[in-house]
Amino acid sequence: MFQLLNTVLIGITAGSIYSLMAIAMVLVWRSTRVVNFAQAGMALLSTYFGYEIIHMSGSYWLALPIAMLAGAAVAATIELIFMRLLLKHSSQGAIASIAPIIATLGLLGLIKSIIGYFWGNQDVTIDSPFSNVGFTLGSHTLALSPMKLFILLAVVFLTLVLSLIFQKTNLGLALRASAYSPEISRLAGIKVDLVRTFGWSLAGAAGGAAGMLQTANGNGTLSPDSLEFSLLLAFGFIAAVIGGLDSLIGAVLGALLLGLVLAFVLTYVGGSLVFITAFVLLLVVLLIRPGGIISQKAGRRA
Amino acid sequence: MSLVIESLTVEHGAIRAVNNVSFSVKKGELAALIGANGAGKTTLLRTLSGLNKASHGKAHWLDTNLLHAKPEQLVRHGVSHVSEGKSVIPELTVEENLEIGALWRRNKKEMSQSKALILELFPRLGERLLQRADTLSGGERQMLALGRSLMSKPELLLLDEPSLGLAPLVVEQIFQSIRELTKTMGITVLLVEQNAMGALKIADVGIVLNLGAVAISGTASSLIADPAVRAAYLGY
Repeated sequence: MFQLLNTVLIGITAGSIYSLMAIAMVLVWRSTRVVNFAQAGMALLSTYFGYEIIHMSGSYWLALPIAMLAGAAVAATIELIFMRLLLKHSSQGAIASIAPIIATLGLLGLIKSIIGYFWGNQDVTIDSPFSNVGFTLGSHTLALSPMKLFILLAVVFLTLVLSLIFQKTNLGLALRASAYSPEISRLAGIKVDLVRTFGWSLAGAAGGAAGMLQTANGNGTLSPDSLEFSLLLAFGFIAAVIGGLDSLIGAVLGALLLGLVLAFVLTYVGGSLVFITAFVLLLVVLLIRPGGIISQKAGRRA
Repeated sequence: MSLVIESLTVEHGAIRAVNNVSFSVKKGELAALIGANGAGKTTLLRTLSGLNKASHGKAHWLDTNLLHAKPEQLVRHGVSHVSEGKSVIPELTVEENLEIGALWRRNKKEMSQSKALILELFPRLGERLLQRADTLSGGERQMLALGRSLMSKPELLLLDEPSLGLAPLVVEQIFQSIRELTKTMGITVLLVEQNAMGALKIADVGIVLNLGAVAISGTASSLIADPAVRAAYLGY
């Protein structure tokens, strides 16, 4: 019984961090129709900025928002000086569909090398702001620690803020309109290019938060070749695709589903099958519901 | 003269879609741009709103050069384009489709005033404010597209085939409301239409485009009376 409860708790916590990463992928996809594999590098770079702030001030609480701002700035810069040019020059023919993906993979390598150049290739460490020791219930230790509780609350908070921006503000309306129909949005007077840059920076901030939370949730170490960030990218991407790549709610649900499934496999089947399960789940969803788990009849619009 | 087009040429690769076109429209006039399929009407309109690039020539609306600006900038100078085929965003609600037309003004009060005015003009939209735009009928979508455009308080309205895919009775209603609305608000209109007769009936002046060039132009009534125009474009 406790094992079941703990499995669910592990699944939800892991899923909530994946969901931030999945949200970042969805935001970039919606604004520029690019699958951004550089997201892991951007999140890693933001987390290194966070590490610097912790190093200087000793405060995780200061570092978290600054890492998010740094993530936003990095993403906006990449969109402005790199992606905009790339999409303009490769807008036609076969290269149009493949160039952005190759480019983001290249960026991922570039960002990792830059991190290695400035911070070195050895591990640096971030201390968790909360205890990683689980709460106890009678004689049992729950898989819910103060740190994990904070992660859950932080992700819920960030997701709510993001949904409010999207559904209740003029900026959110501009973001949605530009995603669905750039041409009509332009004719209506929306500065679509600016809106796209903003979409990227929101994604960068979400990625920065994911990086800071993931690092504090794990063993606290950071390196340019961090396995944790590679997993974050892979699982965030899978979660986004499961959710339909176009929907914020879909990304969150996809991430929670993925987190839970992986946690159950880890607990009841075995650690060696976790990867296989993630990719099998991806394939099954793509085969049965290619538009994602919450797709509607209209499907995706290119 | 307010809308002045001089020797405008637009090329798509090797194809000259618009070839050395010159005409002008007076402020407050409703001009119908008619011609067969592929005559270059839509390309011309898209060039005036900044969606397509011109190869040669000039086009001005009052003091605004139409050829070196993006559509989102031209909206700020009073130029609004309703593109072909019910220019609405299907995934957004009716209300949101209206609101995007006034976002650039960054003024909530003006936005709700414009919205109230448009809902008075198109009460049907008011009954469907929270429905997604893809649940509307063809005629309602065209009203919504017009409404969105009016939200930006245009002085020059570029309308591309508002009658496309609509039932004859609805076409007549849409044409009538275009005429009434723009005359009441003093909006200058360049109306591109396949339905030449319907467009000329509500227009002040007409321009006939053939193979990318101006074939005939004149007052709408003179075009309707012209035997050559009747035979070639009005079908009788």
